Amino acid sequence: MNAIIVLVEPEAQGASEVSRETLTFARDLAARAGGAPVHAVVAGPAPDEAALLAHLGEQGVATVHRAVDDRLSAYAAAAWAAAVVDAAHSASAGIVLAAGTPRGNEILAHVATRLDVAMAANVVEVDGVDPLVVTRQVVGGSALEEMRLDDAVAVLSVAGHACDPVPVESPSHPEVTTYSPTLTDTDLVARVARTEEAAADESAALTSARVVVGAGRGAGSADGFKDLLELTDLLGGALGVSRVVTSLGWRPHHEQVGQTGSRIAPDVYIACGISGAIQHWAGCQSAKTILAINTDPDAPMVTKAHYAVIGDLHEIVPAVNEELRARLG
Amino acid sequence: MANVLVCIKRVPGASGQILLTEDEQAVDARHVGWTVSPHEECAVELAIQVAAATGGAATVLTVGSSDALEQLRDALAVGCAGAVLVEADTQHFGPVDVAESIADVVRAHEVAGTTYDLVVLGNDAADTGDFQVGVRLAYALERPVLTGISTCEIDGDTVVARGDGPDGLEVFEVPLPAVVAVMEGGVSPRYPSIPGRMKAKRAPVETLTDSRKPVGSGRVRLKLPPEQPSQVEILGAGADAAPAVVDLLVKLGVVAK
Ligand SMILES: Cc1cc2nc3c(=O)[nH]c(=O)nc-3n(C[C@H](O)[C@H](O)[C@H](O)COP(=O)(O)OP(=O)(O)OC[C@H]3O[C@@H](n4cnc5c(N)ncnc54)[C@H](O)[C@@H]3O)c2cc1C
Ligand SMILES: Nc1ncnc2c1ncn2[C@@H]1O[C@H](COP(=O)(O)O)[C@@H](O)[C@H]1O
Repeated sequence: MNAIIVLVEPEAQGASEVSRETLTFARDLAARAGGAPVHAVVAGPAPDEAALLAHLGEQGVATVHRAVDDRLSAYAAAAWAAAVVDAAHSASAGIVLAAGTPRGNEILAHVATRLDVAMAANVVEVDGVDPLVVTRQVVGGSALEEMRLDDAVAVLSVAGHACDPVPVESPSHPEVTTYSPTLTDTDLVARVARTEEAAADESAALTSARVVVGAGRGAGSADGFKDLLELTDLLGGALGVSRVVTSLGWRPHHEQVGQTGSRIAPDVYIACGISGAIQHWAGCQSAKTILAINTDPDAPMVTKAHYAVIGDLHEIVPAVNEELRARLG
Repeated sequence: MANVLVCIKRVPGASGQILLTEDEQAVDARHVGWTVSPHEECAVELAIQVAAATGGAATVLTVGSSDALEQLRDALAVGCAGAVLVEADTQHFGPVDVAESIADVVRAHEVAGTTYDLVVLGNDAADTGDFQVGVRLAYALERPVLTGISTCEIDGDTVVARGDGPDGLEVFEVPLPAVVAVMEGGVSPRYPSIPGRMKAKRAPVETLTDSRKPVGSGRVRLKLPPEQPSQVEILGAGADAAPAVVDLLVKLGVVAK
């Protein structure tokens, strides 16, 4: 039986959440493919190997392929891909998966090219296993594509939050195989030379916030954010903006939400003066609850939201702030 | 002197409801107009900046129908010095086909005497979102490739590029020639001037034809996510709704009572 292998991205506390989602996705796929074993491949430094292994056991992983080489200390997509290809060979994997993160998609693009097979990015569902047909997000998630993967090896990334990371009933005790991948000098040419500043942390605050206050063209100008920032503060949240706001230079790009910005999944998204264009919606649709504040009751953001207040945000937001201050004491 | 090739794709510009063609093979763009991805607008800007800084030239390329001349002329209007239209029936092209088609042009131009030290693309196309043409192109040309890049500059025989990584802003230093896939956020695309537009109208566009038998994209069909009927609850209008908003935030557990 051909295995299914998942590239897992380590994090401070084990495996990243999207990697765990991908492992659950792989398990469901394996069950449909007649009970194929799920393997994991890990390359590069992992801050906590024990926690990582515990996460992999929780996801029922049978075998972990742990690539070890000093040259994997700094990220290089081609080297990571070489490690995945080696592991896929030794597992006789018929399907290779990764989370649809920037790194996941980058490494898989290398893997698919090296194996001379197709790659499906941002898959959300499996439609059939023989032949393998998947549904994936296109046009920033506002349309879906059914895609057939009939090469000898199927390579696909799984879109964030396509499923929840569900632990197996009783954790497995994965067998760990350590190996040194076949790396050439060419694989190491495009590698991180240094990491400069915590720019990523700025958007990390946005993608991990429980509450995001969104602002669009309705903010009016660069000076129109005072009340919105106060609301963000009162709620201990983060500010997210539309592309109009960043292109006009009102706010920095790392605050942009959408197809070409960050994808957020907060408990509450308060979208103020944002029309809800599909490219913006692509980034905020995973919010649990959406509250829209807009002058236009027919704006897509209003009709798609769970709750809405109709009117001028420059009147509504200060009133909400005042009410919050009063109640918070 | 660095010559730069920048690859763009004409895509439907829809921001409202998406419609599909009857055969479910494409987005119906008849009523929504056409554009290129913001990633690619930034790629064009970077290409122009790199060319200007080194005394080289930026050339813009697209693989598609002759309608894409519109997008090529937009890039010429902001400062690309030359344009290449590879006419092809891209309906059945997949990322492999596009990458090979671009690689063919790079190789042909090299034979004709123009080497592209840098090829820049968008990180992912706005419509198909395949996340791979840049990588496949790099392998076809046997060059190093970087993706997710927001800024880059040339330093001698090296491209120094930066992009957001999980632990901060990552810096890469890669020998030329190289391939770079660009994300929005590092540079602001410039607007065309009137003289720029006039010049772009008259600029010659090299037109080639690609009649390869495509490997294809594996597309079975497109479909739309199930339409959710509006379930919005209107909390009120204007400042008077503030107490209802705070009640809701308390109910959702994001404000302590
Ligand atoms: C390929 C591509 C990728 C894109 N990627 C992104 C992306 O990542 N993120 C993104 O956001 N966009 C993206 N866009 C742009 C997107 O299509 C929209 O143009 C943009 O999201 C609109 O921003 P907006 O809602 O702020 O502005 P508008 O569409 O102008 O809407 C303003 C809204 O504010 C309301 N309003 C006005 N004044 C007030 C007031 N005083 N009080 C309350 N409400 C008010 C109006 O009723 C309206 O609904 C992309 C576009 C393309 C083509
Ligand atoms: N038909 C095309 N012509 C020129 N460039 C393209 C074409 N398709 C894709 N590209 C480039 O490749 C990038 C990545 O596309 P993709 O891998 O399809 O998501 C895009 O942002 C473009 O820069």
